[in-house]
Parts: sequence; C-alpha cells; structure tokens
Amino acid sequence: MSDLKFTRRGVLKSGAALGAAGVAPSFFVRNAWAQDFTNNPGNGSSVVLGFNVPQTGAYADEGADELRAYQLAVKHINGEGDGGMLNTMTPLSLKGNGVLGKKVEYVTGDTQTKSDAARASAKRMIEKDGAIMITGGSSSGVAVAVQSLCHEAGIIFMAGLTHSNDTTGKDKRKYGFRHFFNAYMSGAALGPVLEARYGKDRNAYHLTADYTWGWTQEESIKNTTEALGWKTTAAVRTPLGAGDFSQYITPVLNSGADVLILNHYGKDMINSLTQAVQFGLRDKQVNGKNFVIVVPLFSRLMAQGAGENIKGILGTTNWNWSLTDAGSQAFVKSFGAEYGFPPSQAAHTCYTQALLYANACETAGTFYPCEVINALEGFKFDGAGNGPTEYRAADHQCFKDVLVVEGNENPSSQFDLLQVVQVVPRAQVEYDPAIFGGELGTCS
Amino acid sequence: MKLFKLSAKDAIMMAVFIAVVLTMPIWLKPIGAGYPDLLQKFAIFGLFAIGFNILFGLTGYLSFGHAAFLGVGSYTAVWSFKLVSMSVIPAVIFGTVLAGLFAVVIGYVSLRRTGIYFSILTLAFAQMCYKMAYSVLTPITNGETGLRVLRDDPRVVDAMFGVEQNAVPVGELFGINMQGYPGFYFCAAMLILGFFIALRIFRSPFGMMLTAIKTNQTRMRYTGFNTRPYLLVAFVISGMYAGMAGSLMAVTDPLAGAERMQWTASGEVVLMTILGGVGTLVGPILGAGIIKYFENIFSAINESTLHQAFDFLPDSIDNVVVAIISPFVGDGWHLTLGTLFVVIVIFLPGGLVDGISRIRKRFSRKSHASSTTGASEG
Repeated sequence: MSDLKFTRRGVLKSGAALGAAGVAPSFFVRNAWAQDFTNNPGNGSSVVLGFNVPQTGAYADEGADELRAYQLAVKHINGEGDGGMLNTMTPLSLKGNGVLGKKVEYVTGDTQTKSDAARASAKRMIEKDGAIMITGGSSSGVAVAVQSLCHEAGIIFMAGLTHSNDTTGKDKRKYGFRHFFNAYMSGAALGPVLEARYGKDRNAYHLTADYTWGWTQEESIKNTTEALGWKTTAAVRTPLGAGDFSQYITPVLNSGADVLILNHYGKDMINSLTQAVQFGLRDKQVNGKNFVIVVPLFSRLMAQGAGENIKGILGTTNWNWSLTDAGSQAFVKSFGAEYGFPPSQAAHTCYTQALLYANACETAGTFYPCEVINALEGFKFDGAGNGPTEYRAADHQCFKDVLVVEGNENPSSQFDLLQVVQVVPRAQVEYDPAIFGGELGTCS
Repeated sequence: MKLFKLSAKDAIMMAVFIAVVLTMPIWLKPIGAGYPDLLQKFAIFGLFAIGFNILFGLTGYLSFGHAAFLGVGSYTAVWSFKLVSMSVIPAVIFGTVLAGLFAVVIGYVSLRRTGIYFSILTLAFAQMCYKMAYSVLTPITNGETGLRVLRDDPRVVDAMFGVEQNAVPVGELFGINMQGYPGFYFCAAMLILGFFIALRIFRSPFGMMLTAIKTNQTRMRYTGFNTRPYLLVAFVISGMYAGMAGSLMAVTDPLAGAERMQWTASGEVVLMTILGGVGTLVGPILGAGIIKYFENIFSAINESTLHQAFDFLPDSIDNVVVAIISPFVGDGWHLTLGTLFVVIVIFLPGGLVDGISRIRKRFSRKSHASSTTGASEG
C-alpha cells in the first residue's frame, strides 16, 4: 500500500508542477501589460469600447435605445453617416477619423439590470475583449457596482442612465463620469412648479423602487416638498420589477394623501402608473382637492408605454427630442434617419457620453486613463442638446439645465408625448459637492 | 492516514482532474473562455454543483432552494470583509459555516417530507430568504443595491495590524489580491479540495448509505436504519459546499446581491447537474462549465460579430445564415441552452458523462471487433 501512496503523491506533484509550468506564461503576459495601463491599444489600428446595457428585465426598453445610440455614436466617430452632434458640439477635437487615428470598435453585454450580471459582463469586456472604456446601464444600482469595478481595473466608466445621487455622491469614483442629471436636481427643478400647480398644503404618498436610486430620489423629493410645506403621509418601498403594484396602491386610497409620488422608472413606472389610474386615483377628491400623481423622473419611452394615463402628469427629464437647439436637432435627425423614430433621453445621454469620451482622448492625445480623466474634469462644452454644460471636477457630475415636463394632453404624433413646462436654469439645481460625502480616490 | 488513501484508479482520476483544472487558462483560451472572470466562475459553480450532487446525486432528494446557501455564503463573506479583515480565509470559513447552520435548520424541517414536497419546501425557504434579503433585511443585505465593501468599514483585525485600504478594497490572501488569475487559482484549489472530499464521500460507507436511501428508503427503514440523520448530514454538507461557493463569489468580487438567492439560481444548479450527469463525480462540474460558458460567451455574440464570422460567404447567403443563427445567440442564449437541455434529457438521460461513456464503449467495441476480425484473417 505504501508504494501506491508514493506513486499517487508523485502523480499529484507532477500534475501540480505541470499545471504551474503551463500557466506561467500567462502570468508573465499579464504582468507585462500591468506596467503600461489596462488594455492599452498600443500600436493597433483599432480601439474597443464596451457597451454594457440592459437587454432583459425592467429597463430593457431603455437598454435597446441606448445600444442604438452607441452604434450611431461609433458611426459618427468613425466618420460614417451624417456626423450628428459632431457638427454642433464645441469645443471638439474629434476629426471624424476614429479616435487618435484608430477605428472605434465595440463589444456589447447584457447587464440584466442586476449588479452581478453587469459586473460579470463588464469583466468579460475588460479581461477578454480588451475594452478600454465601459459605458451604459440604465440602473443606478448597476452603475454604482460597475463604476467601482472599473475603478479597480483602471478603466474609465461613462455612466449611462443613472439618476441616483449616490453615483456621483457617496459612491463617486475617479474613473466614473455621469452626464445624466440626478435626483437632487429633479427635486430642485420640480419644487417651484409643484408649488405653483398644487399649492403649499398637500399630503404626499411615496411609492419607491427599493434600491439606491429610489432611496435617493425619495429623499430628494421629500426634502423639496417638505420645504414647500407638504406633509409626507407614507413612503413605501416596492421591489424592482414587481410587475403588479395593486397591493401597494390600494392603501393609498384610504391614507388621506392627495398626491401620489411614483419613484419608479421603466416598466415599473408604466405598471404602477397604469394601475394607479385604473384604481381611479386621479378621479378622486381628497381633502377638497383633486388627487394628483407626480412621476419625478420621466422619459418618453415610459410615456409611450403608459399611453393615455400619462396626460397632465408632471415630472423632470434630462432631455427631450422636441428641443429645438442645433445639437438636439442634429442628433434627432441622424437617429431618426437611422432607426425611423426619435431617440429617448437614455439614447441621448449615452450618445453624448460616447462622444465626450472619444473627444477627451483626442484632446489628451492618449488613451492613458489619468490623462483622459484630466481632459474630462472641468470640461465645458455646448451644442450637445442641453445648452452650456460643465463636467464638474469635484464629483464628475455634469451640470446643465433641467427640463420640467408634463404628459401632453393633445399629442400631435405617437412620439409627441411630453411637453416642456419649464427649462430650469443650471444655477437653480446646482449644489455643493460636499453634501453627499464620498471621495473620488486617485488615478493610478 | 487512512483518510487520504485512494484506490489506484481514483488516484489517477484525481491527478488528471488536478491537471485539467490547473491548466484551464491554457486549453480554454482557443474557445474564448480563458479569461480570469469566467475561469473563476467555472471553478465556483463547479464547486456549487459538486455539493448539490452530493445531495441530489446520492440521495435523490431534489433541493430547489440551494441558492439560499449560496447567498448566505456571499453575504457572510462580505460581512467578514467589512467587520473582520480583507483576508479571504475568515471569509471562506465563516461563509461555509454559516451556510451549514442555515442548512441544519432548513434541512431539519424540509427533510420531514420526500419527493416533490421536499422540493417545494426547500424552494419556499429559498424564496423566503430571497424576499427577506430584498426587503426586511435591507439593513443587513443592502437590498437591491447589493452589499459592498467600503473603505471606512471597521475591519477590526486589519485595523489592529494597521493595514490601510485603497478606495475599493479587494480580498487578499497573504498580500496577494484575489482578483484575476490569483483569484482563479484560489478558487481552483477550493474546487480540487471539494472534489477530493466528494470523491471520499462517494467511496465511503456513508456514501453507500446515501445511495441505499436513493434506491429504497422504505427497505432501509424496515431493516432498522434511521435514515434521517444521514439525510440531514448530506443536506448540510451540500449546503456547506454552496456556502463555500458563495463566499468564493464574494472573494473574487467583494459584492453580494439578493439575486444570487433567487429561484432561477437554484434552478440553474439543477440544470448543471442534470446536464452533466446526476450522481457522477465530474458530470456536475462539466454541466456548470457549459452553462457558464453559454451565459458568458454566447450571450455576447451580436449580429455584427456574426457578420464578421461569415463574411467569407456572399452577402445574400451571409444575411440568411446570420438571420437563422442570431435568434440563438446574444440575448437568445437561453434558447440554445434550452434546446441542448431537451436533447440531452431525451437522448442521454445520464447527462454528458453518459454520452462520453457511450462513445467510449462504442469505440472500444469497434476496436475489439476489428481486432478479432484481424485475428481471424491472420
């Protein structure tokens, strides 16, 4: 028996040695790369961007539109198509020949609106496909998770649609950038309009998507409305992707509240709003006032899903295709020509992010992340659809005007669903970066 | 050491297994799977499936709630990172042990029933854990956002030694970051350990007892055996495997989300085991590898990659081919997996391992036949 044991050991040992020896080369290759920076395109003729968007789940509609926008952005950066916003954005270093002379290629992944899946797919893009930048996402939970992953990996993350204060607040990262506005700005923009429409004496009932975005939006809207003198009757958390909200809406009827605030997005918002309307909330009179519903974060895609129910409902949005400035029109025109319908705000923010990243590389003259970050920090630009915009260096948040919108009572087409009530100037929604805490960390 | 004694055949199997696992980064490269994140997943889910197979393969008790233990392991490991130390050793130990404790409670209740009732009970417990992680336990689990390791967490042991963390702390083993390839080798070492223990269990009298329960539990009872303690031990062991897999997920990526506990995750490990071969040693690992491969590689193929792959064909044929294939890749990867699963269950009830052994048999019969004909001619 003892000699058998010996043989086994020998076999085990040689097996392990074989494995270790075989693996050694891949170790060295990896270290060789590490001296440079992650996924350096070097002298290659192309550079790979990673588009990580939800293709399944509650935010799939937004994800599909984001992907369309990215594909369009890649075309424009590579000098194909009509150039879109490349013609209107100032200042702009891009020349329409790719980035730094390299053709832009892309890989895609499905975030499934789950942190795990999103991180796995981002890792695949970084480790296998050699993506130099990751962008996309339609959920703040995902954005925060992927952002910290990218920070670890030394890859720049250009956040897609994410509206939580945390993304550029307590979870901000040196390698993460957000063009989209946030819940604080929604609250600050919406407040005066709510006061003008509905007065100072109201009781609000919140239904909130139970994750980082919902929490911060609930907090921001609560702060705003309570400053107006409104009372908060209750704030109920609902699971993401619940589908059926009737069990949450029934208690609203007898709560004494006269405003329902839906901190929901995507299909969740479509479902909860539709059910709230079906339950007759909007036909009710409470405390001698008409019952109203407010959806702080609105999008045209959601309006399309909710149909008639959206009419007259107030909310805020980052951008709407009906804007008449040159940047918006150029983007709507090339998106429309490509796909046959106008882009959503998700598409707009993603398109802009891709362009901003490419432009920053071109300006910096390198793909080296720290230089690109320098180029993006404090970058002031115009002609991208939101008027003069600044990437604030302190928290990597874009500051620009915010739109307060209302569901259109008389839409002229199936896409003309949102009507701009007010363009709230940047000064009114700006805040001190210190209020949310968090730290960017450093570039290494 | 009697505990470590293996028969010659098993020793060879073990050696081959070790060699195959450790060289995965090399031989998986040509099929696009040789990158650290996916390799880690192969090892982790392989471990999960081995553990599941100890219960399902040996006793025949189909648990539909094993993801609960995976989640418990993950959350515990992340909490260990937050409170104790960024070292992975306490994280894995705590994760495994706590999952084991959960398994004792859930197993004690669920094992009072057999068959479908057992499956439903475990499913119910897992869904309860999932829902709780999502809602009432938000202070512990951080709900939908997921539990993350932060720089300013207490980490008592690290604080005692004055270890400083950067903005995004990562798990480490004696100073080696458990990301990328080192993370994979750590998971691979755990997989090998898990495989060895499973091998010992399969060959032990205890394993024999479990198989006897699967074959005819009533007869076992008549002969005077109390089967429940054996079942409970098997259940707890397999729960601990799941907890270890869960803690390894947190080790390679310090984040835990409630979706790890969802019933789909429980269903996935059932698929892995059946796909590979129920009750076989390597089958579940094979199944886990295939499912993870599909999930990560097939789901990433989009139309433009297909066009690139087929651009040697004339445009019209290229478009037709792409149109046929594209529903099966990208977000349609579930369709491919489903088809594969149906085919395997119908034609190879013993899973892929059954398929391999059938092929081997056919070849050996053929060579046998040819050698006999050769002999008669000579």
